[in-house]
Amino acid sequence: MNVASRTVPASLSGIASSRGGHPPAEMNAPVKIDVDGLNFYYGSKRALDGIAVQIRANLVTAFIGPSGCGKSTFLRTLNRMNDIIPGTRVEGTVLIDGRSIYDSGVDVVQLRRKVGMVFQKSNPFPKSIYENVAYGLRINGLVKSRAEMADRVEESLRQAAIWEEVKDRLQESALALSGGQQQRLCIARALAIRPEILLMDEPASALDPIATQRIEELIYELKKKYTIVIVTHNMQQAARVSDFTAFFWLGRIVEFDRTDKMFTAPAEKLTEDYVTGRCG
Amino acid sequence: MSTRTLEWIVERMLFLCALLSVLTTAGIIGVLALETFEFLREVPVWDFLTGTEWTPLFSNRQFGVLPLIVGTVLVSSIAMVVALPMGLLAAVYLSEYAPDGVRRVVKPVLEILAGVPTVVYGYFALTFVTPLLQQVLPTLSGFNALSPGLVMGLMIMPLVSSLSEDAMQAVPRGLREGSYALGATRMQTALKVVVPAAFSGITAAFILAVSRAIGETMIVAIAAGQQPRLTGNPFVPIETMTAYIVQVSLGDTPQGTIEYRTIFAVGMLLFLMTFGLNLISTWLRERFREEYV
Amino acid sequence: MRKQADLLFHAVSLAALVIALVALAVLVFDIVADGGSRLSWQFLTNIASRHPEEAGVYHALMGSIWVILLTGALALPIGVAAAVYLEEYGTRSRLARFIELNIANLAAVPSIIYGLLGLGLFVRFLGMGQSVMAGASTLALLALPVVILSTREALRTVPSTIREGSYALGATKWQTIWNQVLPMALPGILTGLILSLSRAIGETAPLIAIGALTYIPFAPDGIWSKFTVLPIQIFNWVSRPQPEFKVNAAAGILVLLVLLVSMNAVAIVVRDRFQRRGRA
Repeated sequence: MNVASRTVPASLSGIASSRGGHPPAEMNAPVKIDVDGLNFYYGSKRALDGIAVQIRANLVTAFIGPSGCGKSTFLRTLNRMNDIIPGTRVEGTVLIDGRSIYDSGVDVVQLRRKVGMVFQKSNPFPKSIYENVAYGLRINGLVKSRAEMADRVEESLRQAAIWEEVKDRLQESALALSGGQQQRLCIARALAIRPEILLMDEPASALDPIATQRIEELIYELKKKYTIVIVTHNMQQAARVSDFTAFFWLGRIVEFDRTDKMFTAPAEKLTEDYVTGRCG
Repeated sequence: MSTRTLEWIVERMLFLCALLSVLTTAGIIGVLALETFEFLREVPVWDFLTGTEWTPLFSNRQFGVLPLIVGTVLVSSIAMVVALPMGLLAAVYLSEYAPDGVRRVVKPVLEILAGVPTVVYGYFALTFVTPLLQQVLPTLSGFNALSPGLVMGLMIMPLVSSLSEDAMQAVPRGLREGSYALGATRMQTALKVVVPAAFSGITAAFILAVSRAIGETMIVAIAAGQQPRLTGNPFVPIETMTAYIVQVSLGDTPQGTIEYRTIFAVGMLLFLMTFGLNLISTWLRERFREEYV
Repeated sequence: MRKQADLLFHAVSLAALVIALVALAVLVFDIVADGGSRLSWQFLTNIASRHPEEAGVYHALMGSIWVILLTGALALPIGVAAAVYLEEYGTRSRLARFIELNIANLAAVPSIIYGLLGLGLFVRFLGMGQSVMAGASTLALLALPVVILSTREALRTVPSTIREGSYALGATKWQTIWNQVLPMALPGILTGLILSLSRAIGETAPLIAIGALTYIPFAPDGIWSKFTVLPIQIFNWVSRPQPEFKVNAAAGILVLLVLLVSMNAVAIVVRDRFQRRGRA
């Protein structure tokens, strides 16, 4: 259980999230993820170079930058998803709640339960809607009875704002849902195992504007309970949903700051050129 | 049991199953080597490999394997004369000329041709092809090398065409387009550009076809006869290595006798020949893959 | 001139194909003409006999069914396990490369050699005698390379997003394979299995080598029973000089071909049905 993130008064983050204005109090939320000197290699090719960033609890941190700049790769180092790609290598430290996740004693399975992930392309399992959400609970042995399972499935679907749309067809195939619904189902699936952190890799890039808006509203709701890290290539989206933004360029972080500051008064020329659309 | 232990056990068990294939190869070599070794204690290896008479089941026993090898080579050669050009031409047609609709229909039919049990081909050779050929060639004996050779060629042709076509399909489009851009016809493009570019892949297919022909059993056991004979005449009965193994297996030769061991010695020879060819074929295919795929 | 040459070449290469197809048609026609009239219910239910007109394929047919079911039961778990190892676990190790090469070569070893292995290993060394078990074990080894290759192809069609989705929920490697990957690959695996069994059911030489006797006066009643199979019965009839037995052989071939066609049809149905369910 992570004490740090729970110490943030819910009221505080609630007030803070009124759009546009970001009261400074919220920005001092405790650090949830602390990354320093992170290098990442695909074979001999260096994809990330000296990444250092602090991600604060119960806030939304956005990674922006052109394609291939390393933002997705970095996101995937936070739940060690890159472990399953052969020939990759990590250097540097990633601390979550003060503990290094790349230590040899770390159980990757436990880590991924704590750090949930939603992918760019919705990837529901070719099973029923119910089974999609129940899967994580079942394999991790998180529920004791059928009734508890049903409760947790419903709770997760409600949190992901899709319960009303699917409650009468839980046994239907998840593949019958629309793209936007599938993505919210994947969010529900990730929430079911009650992670503390939610990584979202361009979760709305394949969706139409209305579905995208629903996902963004959902993110706004979810940050009351979760620390959210979102990769996006859409700068308006980053501006709308995030509290902090990191700008990636060629495997490095050029600038990391409060979102309002990044988009109004960036410190770096490169950032300014990128957010104003002059490059990238 | 902890999850990690379970994962570890599962991985080891899966690995053992994968290893079974290596054990199978080892088992083949072991079983063949054991009996061959016993066989060679009674028959000098030189006599075995260079002797020109094979009569292990007669009272005057001779263990010269050459007649069986020659019979095998004779039938296989006839099969290759049919399978290689036909397979290659069919592959060229399917890869360079055929419209998609034709390909979709023809490829499964070729697979059927390759999937017909060999005992059926044997029946076809003995009861249909041989009588048919006898009408043209009155001297053709009822058992002969020609008829099973032709039928075997028909059976192996789909293998040649399918592997050759795969190789041709792997040739980059750019090469073809370059050739067409210079005003070449389809034939010129196929023969001067595609086939040479796919050469190692096609050669691999040919070698595999030879290996298949050498190891083919039922067609020759049914239609070629049981008379080991050192001859290049395709009209008379002969015996191949595989047919000999079948012949002995059908009788009840007691274990431990030299007759029993001959089938393992012949089997060893057969295995070495085909395994060598397979290795060359695999090596060529790997090289081809590195070039293009 | 060039034009004519091209046309001629087109015609010749087409002719190669047509000759092969015509030969197949002639083969089928010839066998139907020879054996069609001999086919009857009695032919299926009568046992082998010295009198050609009374002889039937009952024992051989039962033997074939016993052997092929047992072959499938042996080849499926081992083949799938081996394929899963090579595709999901050992993909990069040198040993795995060696195993792959070995499987590729085994696939081209003549079937009669497998028969000699079965004779030396199963019949004699392990003391199985000329039993259904010995025959099925031999055929399973013969079928394994194909089962492994087709299973690997089926595994490769499962998108990596499904694996990632499962890992992201804290699933272990084996949980992911067992719960997500294998069910999705199942239609491909089964199709490959049935096709390899349809090949095995026509195999004659290896079973002759292990001494599956050609005259067996009973149907198998267990896996340790002696047996004969359809192709051996056919071979036995072909080898007799009397033309009446040749007719029986043709009729036996028809039974074998019907069995083969049905197995292939089942494979196609299985594939289509699962594909439709997957898409629903």
